[in-house]
Amino acid sequence: MTEPVTDPATDVPTGPVVVLLDHHTVDGAPRLRPPVLELLTLARGLAASTGSPVHAVAVEPGLAQAAAEELGRYGVARVHDVVLPGADPHLTPVVAEALTAVVRTDDASAVLLASTFENKEVAARLAVLTGAGVVSDATGVTQEDGVVVVSKTVFAGTWTTRCAITTPLAVVLVKANAVPAETVADPTTPQVEPHEVTVSPSALRATLVRRTERAASGRPELAEAQTVVAGGRGTDGDFSPVEELADVLGGAVGATRVATDEGWIGHESQIGQTGVTISPQLYIGAGISGAVHHRGGMQASGTIVAVNTDPESPIFEIADFGIVGDLFTVLPQAAEEIRRLRG
Amino acid sequence: MKIVVCVKHVPDIQSDRSLGPDGRVVRDGGDGTLNELDENAVEAALVLAAAAGESEVVALTVGPAEAADAVRRALQMGADGAVHVLDDAVAGSDVFGTTAVLAAAVRHLDAQGHVDLVLTGMAALDGLTSLLPAALAAELDLPQLTMVAEVAVEDAVVRVRRELDSASEELTAPLPALVSVTDQANSPRYPNFKGIMAARAKPVTVLGLADLGVDPATVGAAGSRTRIVEAAPRPPREDRVLITDDGTAGTQLARYLVDRKLV
Ligand SMILES: Cc1cc2nc3c(=O)[nH]c(=O)nc-3n(C[C@H](O)[C@H](O)[C@H](O)COP(=O)(O)OP(=O)(O)OC[C@H]3O[C@@H](n4cnc5c(N)ncnc54)[C@H](O)[C@@H]3O)c2cc1C
Ligand SMILES: Nc1ncnc2c1ncn2[C@@H]1O[C@H](COP(=O)(O)O)[C@@H](O)[C@H]1O
Repeated sequence: MTEPVTDPATDVPTGPVVVLLDHHTVDGAPRLRPPVLELLTLARGLAASTGSPVHAVAVEPGLAQAAAEELGRYGVARVHDVVLPGADPHLTPVVAEALTAVVRTDDASAVLLASTFENKEVAARLAVLTGAGVVSDATGVTQEDGVVVVSKTVFAGTWTTRCAITTPLAVVLVKANAVPAETVADPTTPQVEPHEVTVSPSALRATLVRRTERAASGRPELAEAQTVVAGGRGTDGDFSPVEELADVLGGAVGATRVATDEGWIGHESQIGQTGVTISPQLYIGAGISGAVHHRGGMQASGTIVAVNTDPESPIFEIADFGIVGDLFTVLPQAAEEIRRLRG
Repeated sequence: MKIVVCVKHVPDIQSDRSLGPDGRVVRDGGDGTLNELDENAVEAALVLAAAAGESEVVALTVGPAEAADAVRRALQMGADGAVHVLDDAVAGSDVFGTTAVLAAAVRHLDAQGHVDLVLTGMAALDGLTSLLPAALAAELDLPQLTMVAEVAVEDAVVRVRRELDSASEELTAPLPALVSVTDQANSPRYPNFKGIMAARAKPVTVLGLADLGVDPATVGAAGSRTRIVEAAPRPPREDRVLITDDGTAGTQLARYLVDRKLV
């Protein structure tokens, strides 16, 4: 089905495009996560079509200052350095209220966020507070006749859709690896503006008693990686061939729910409908049958490679390169050959 | 303790799912089921109710006539009663339209007897938006405890643990509260024969928007904040290769990746 984006908005929204900055901590200092740079690249495209600027929002203390120069390389005009007296920025309702305050001050036309579970909560509350329309798990976003149009895949990556957001404020949650991050030719010097937000009691009804950050694995984050090597029940608990190949490729390690349920690897490594949704350039699945729950989280990957001893495995239905074989011989041999070819 | 558990009827994820010309999920296949993740929510409700004693679990759904199957399943598992919001004006609602209707239904139930806890699944496996729980908490102005792997209620305080990609968190909130559970939270029970028989006698209240005081213009396709303008099945992958390992498959894989500049 194709139909034109009818009823173009009479007044094309020209407010800034606002990007929520996600960070992680590297050597004790807050740093932007790679998907943020992709969001900024998309935001620039969106803003350029209406001649509006890109603004960024930092809720983590110290992030705005630490990231200002890098944000300049991505063409950001202004960074809202949000200060939240007495509120924990780890609570998503708090972040939602902070973002709402910024969006109102800025009279923003669109908000872009990385598509994570936490940010979905932020977006949902932001939408309830502002009346914005939301699309999650987007793979692209453009502006057509003043309307924000979002691409996304549904039903485990088997359908592609384009969705128009018909409200004055559009909120889009974008999947990692949607576009390559690109810097601007002439870097800007973003204005860092302190922005104090007093959150309402409504955002503070739940109390965060304890938060334990997971230790960094030293590998790229699963949700953000360009390459993912995943293992399932077929590893029988021995993830070493999976890890070896991931490391040779500079990729992340993922798993099926069977592998995480068995305790062979942490729950945060689970790919699928109830785990992490990934869309890397390259996915290699070893000892994975390709159950629909798993496929839902990886079917949108660029190139799919499967190694499985059973030629009837459903994963072969979606594999670009399928190998009927034993992962314990195929994976080490591939790792070895890649090392050799690299010299 | 009165618990409302939100359950959705979705196309079976094992079936061939599709979008119709109007961009809506095709729901006439007859192969719809209770969203699997809502079974976890029902299970959590039943366990919490049993622990609290003197409790009532009400399954709540918003959806077309077929959605009655979803509440039926919840009743078979052990819910005490059900509310089905059925109204043609709801068709085509986006997540915020559905949220507004669910919120009105929860308020309606609350007026008949104080609701202590609203439980939902972590996501509906058709749209997979995961937006609804946080939106519903905001709409009802309840504390929001989402993506929960462990939940307990004691002295009118709910305590949860949730596992995120980057951290593990423990939160507490006073009742009433909204909790969304993940598939890690429990293993849903299968309805047994007794449960199936008992469900037949359990009340299902069917309500329309007028009963809930919801303005039809704010929900359904009319009230939707997004509109699908294009939908197509993804073209099948081309140039697919399937080989059987003859002792060189690893080497072939390495060359394939190098040729395609994937390494
Ligand atoms: C509500 C719900 C949510 C779920 N969410 C998820 C989710 O998010 N993610 C997820 O992954 N699963 C999820 N599941 C589970 C899912 O349905 C499957 O059970 C799971 O994905 C199967 O994992 P697997 O492929 O590792 O195991 P199996 O299906 O047992 O497959 C193992 C495969 O390994 C192959 N094999 C064995 N030995 C070797 C060898 N030496 N070399 C190569 N191949 C070998 C076998 O041929 C087989 O195909 C969910 C289930 C439910 C009910
Ligand atoms: N139409 C509906 N009726 C009842 N509950 C719903 C409905 N839609 C969503 N839910 C609940 O909200 C959860 C998350 O759904 P979603 O945000 O759509 O992925 C589900 O697991 C259900 O508990």
